[in-house]
Amino acid sequence: MEAILFYILAAFMIIFAVASVTSRKILRAVIYLLFVLICIAGLYFLINYNLLAAIQLTVYGGGVIVLFIFSVLLVHHVELELEKTPLKRKIIAGILSVLGLGITLWAIFTYTFKTATTSYSSIEVKDIGFKLLSYGNGGFILPFEVISVLLVAVMIGAIIVAKGNKLKEN
Amino acid sequence: MIAGINIYEILTLTSILFFIGVYGFFTRENLITVLLSIELILNAAAVNFVLINTYLYPDLLQGAIFTIFIIALAAAETALAIAIIINLYKLIYSVEVKDTETMKY
Amino acid sequence: MDFSYTILIPLIPLALFVILGIFSKKIPPSISGWVGSLGLGTSFVLSCYTAYTYFLGGKLNGVYQTFIYKTTWLNFTDKLHIDLGVLIDPISVMMLVVVSTISFMVHLYSRGYMKGDDGYTRFFAYLALFTFSMLGLVLATNLFQIYIFWELVGASSFLLIGYYYTKPSAVAAAKKAFIVTRFADLGFLIGILLVSYYAGTFDFQEINSLHGSIITNWAATSFMGLSVFTWGLILIYMGGIGKSAMLPFHIWLPDAMEGPTPVSALIHAATMVVAGVYLVARLFPVFYFVEDGFALQIVAYVGAISSFVAAVIAITQTDIKRVLAFSTMSQIGYMMLALGVSKYDGHEGLGFMASMFHLFTHAMFKALLFLGAGSVIHVVHSNYLKDMGSLRKYMPITHITFLIAALSIAGFPGFAGFFSKDEILAAAFESNMLIYVSSVLVAGLTAFYIFRLYFGMFWGQNKNYEHTPHESPWSMTIPMLFLAFMSIAGGYIPFSKYISADHIPFQSHLDLPLAAIATSVGLVGIILAFVFYKKENNLPERFAHAFGVFYKWTYHKFYFDELYLFVTKKILFGMVGFSAAWFDKHIVDGSMVGIGNVTVAISNKIKGWQSGKFQDYAMSFIGGGVVIAMVIFYLWIN
Repeated sequence: MEAILFYILAAFMIIFAVASVTSRKILRAVIYLLFVLICIAGLYFLINYNLLAAIQLTVYGGGVIVLFIFSVLLVHHVELELEKTPLKRKIIAGILSVLGLGITLWAIFTYTFKTATTSYSSIEVKDIGFKLLSYGNGGFILPFEVISVLLVAVMIGAIIVAKGNKLKEN
Repeated sequence: MIAGINIYEILTLTSILFFIGVYGFFTRENLITVLLSIELILNAAAVNFVLINTYLYPDLLQGAIFTIFIIALAAAETALAIAIIINLYKLIYSVEVKDTETMKY
Repeated sequence: MDFSYTILIPLIPLALFVILGIFSKKIPPSISGWVGSLGLGTSFVLSCYTAYTYFLGGKLNGVYQTFIYKTTWLNFTDKLHIDLGVLIDPISVMMLVVVSTISFMVHLYSRGYMKGDDGYTRFFAYLALFTFSMLGLVLATNLFQIYIFWELVGASSFLLIGYYYTKPSAVAAAKKAFIVTRFADLGFLIGILLVSYYAGTFDFQEINSLHGSIITNWAATSFMGLSVFTWGLILIYMGGIGKSAMLPFHIWLPDAMEGPTPVSALIHAATMVVAGVYLVARLFPVFYFVEDGFALQIVAYVGAISSFVAAVIAITQTDIKRVLAFSTMSQIGYMMLALGVSKYDGHEGLGFMASMFHLFTHAMFKALLFLGAGSVIHVVHSNYLKDMGSLRKYMPITHITFLIAALSIAGFPGFAGFFSKDEILAAAFESNMLIYVSSVLVAGLTAFYIFRLYFGMFWGQNKNYEHTPHESPWSMTIPMLFLAFMSIAGGYIPFSKYISADHIPFQSHLDLPLAAIATSVGLVGIILAFVFYKKENNLPERFAHAFGVFYKWTYHKFYFDELYLFVTKKILFGMVGFSAAWFDKHIVDGSMVGIGNVTVAISNKIKGWQSGKFQDYAMSFIGGGVVIAMVIFYLWIN
């Protein structure tokens, strides 16, 4: 049952990803990306990691995609068709990507992964919360604080960059 | 761990997603669509972290927590990138890649 | 006996050259003249002392010993090393005396002749350099050392001929002298390499040794019918032909008269031009014994032909210095042919002795002739016969000394030239009739042209001079008087007791019948010159007219210069030079320019890599990453 679900999600993911990178209309590319992100969230649900699925949907679907759509509306005529890339570039890029994919797959398939034998059920919010704020062994309190500082920096940076020249004149 | 799926298939999936993103990064002509491809790449990497954690080391939680950070970082970076694009748009009134090729010989 | 002090004889002029050369702007002219003359005087005294001790005490068992003082300069291997040193044997001592005497006289003379000239100190520096080179050449112990000093002599001759460097003709003459002798020296160098390679040594003593590898074993290696050593000797002689202005390399000598007259007296009469004769004399045993004297025959014929042709040309020239130049060429031809007809043992080596004797006496009277001519030119301000006449009234000392020298060169009995010329004719008579007859004719021609000069300058037309000619100052006449004395007394030195081919003294005597023939031919020449030139008349013009085309050819020196210019300009420059220049311009230069162009083209292509497109950069990044990954996996698997 879960295997079938997985295969369906995988198929959708790949189709929408390809559509996103080859679409000629910009808004459609953004929406296809939204679908890919939703499929990924579905993947997270499949492995019983509900917290991350929720974070994925909220941050990406509700934050990043909205940001993209607003910026597209700001700088573009939405109906405008994007230019076609020259064939030469597409072929070289295609070859490089396929080569890279080949190397990666070869690296993966020639290595014997030692799949764990202990059974796994799910990842709970409680465990995540403890681990995130724990000072002890394997605690993630430091990266947590660092991420906070980073987010503040990004916010300030984005404001300054977006404001532009007017800030300097004042 | 998803019942009935072994790790190889999952890793294949994330690799394909990753390289689709790479292809998009190479071929796209609009700065915003390039950003979209970058999002694909980052997401593929995040999925990789979680899946390896659950398949190979189910007792530990490092992979799962780290993915949270990746998502946070990706969002922050996208916001900043959009800010830069907006600023550039105010300067040259275009978001085409071919108008940003001034740092050449 | 210790002769190591003889190293000082060339070193004093070298020191003079260095000092006068470095401080040429700061030393006032009068001091440099005195310093130069004093230095050369010291060398002169040392040479005379060396000759005195050597000739009176250098014999051991009746054979003159050779003293060698040498040091290894460049040591390549055990067998191949180049030495520098001093070789004392009869001919080198004699040459020491000749060179230092003439050089000393010329230094004294130049103090008066060059007075007031801007480059006075430079002149004395060059004279000192020349004297050093010539003395080094004379004292050389091996082929390589003689070559070094040979080239040095050529270089100082170049400097001295081109002394008036603002005159284009002087510069051209200096270049011509250097290039012609340099070309001849090419043969010399190849000859040196051949001989030294097959003999295994550069050293003169080893080469000339009667038991050495050359004289005992010359037939071992041969090339095209002649022994390799014969070829080597002929090539070495080619250098001698160039330096001694024999046919066909004689073209530089008349032009070299562009230099100041003291230079002509020193270099082109007495010392440098006899370097070729000295070279053959130095290598005489090898020349005589290898291939039964084949190379020696070539020496004889070249000498005989040169002396005849030069004497014929000298009759027609109007520039007095050029007459004297051709006279030098003719007399050196005498010396060469005397060497050429000579044999080796004792009395048989008469030609060798005669050649060296004539070298000695010729140095004296030819230098005197030049100094006298210089005296006249200094006063009349022209080189040409037509601007001179009746100078006997104004310049008595010059007149008398010039007459003495003229009588000496014409072979008038009692003067030095008579004795030396007689020995040459005796040696030629014993060996080769053809050469003997030609030499007698040359003797007659010599008397004619030298007295043409004498009568033309001191008798002849009653010319009105703008500035009344006056006698030269004492600084110029004292050397002339000394040389006049030597032009008479030099003949009475019993040369055969000192100089001989095998270093064993022998007794030589005056051959009366031959002497009578030579004297009568000379008298005929003098009388003809008297008739033609003593009083002003048109007999010469009528004769010249009668000879017509032959006169024209002789006047233009048989068109040798024109022939050589034609060969060099049309054939060498036109064909060889042209293609060489084309090759140089298009292929050599073209490849250099082409390398530049290729670089520019490549850089233009590579420029495109910095396109400013970040996607291209990303593609390169991923591509590189893929390649590295492949390499690492490949290595990991193996």
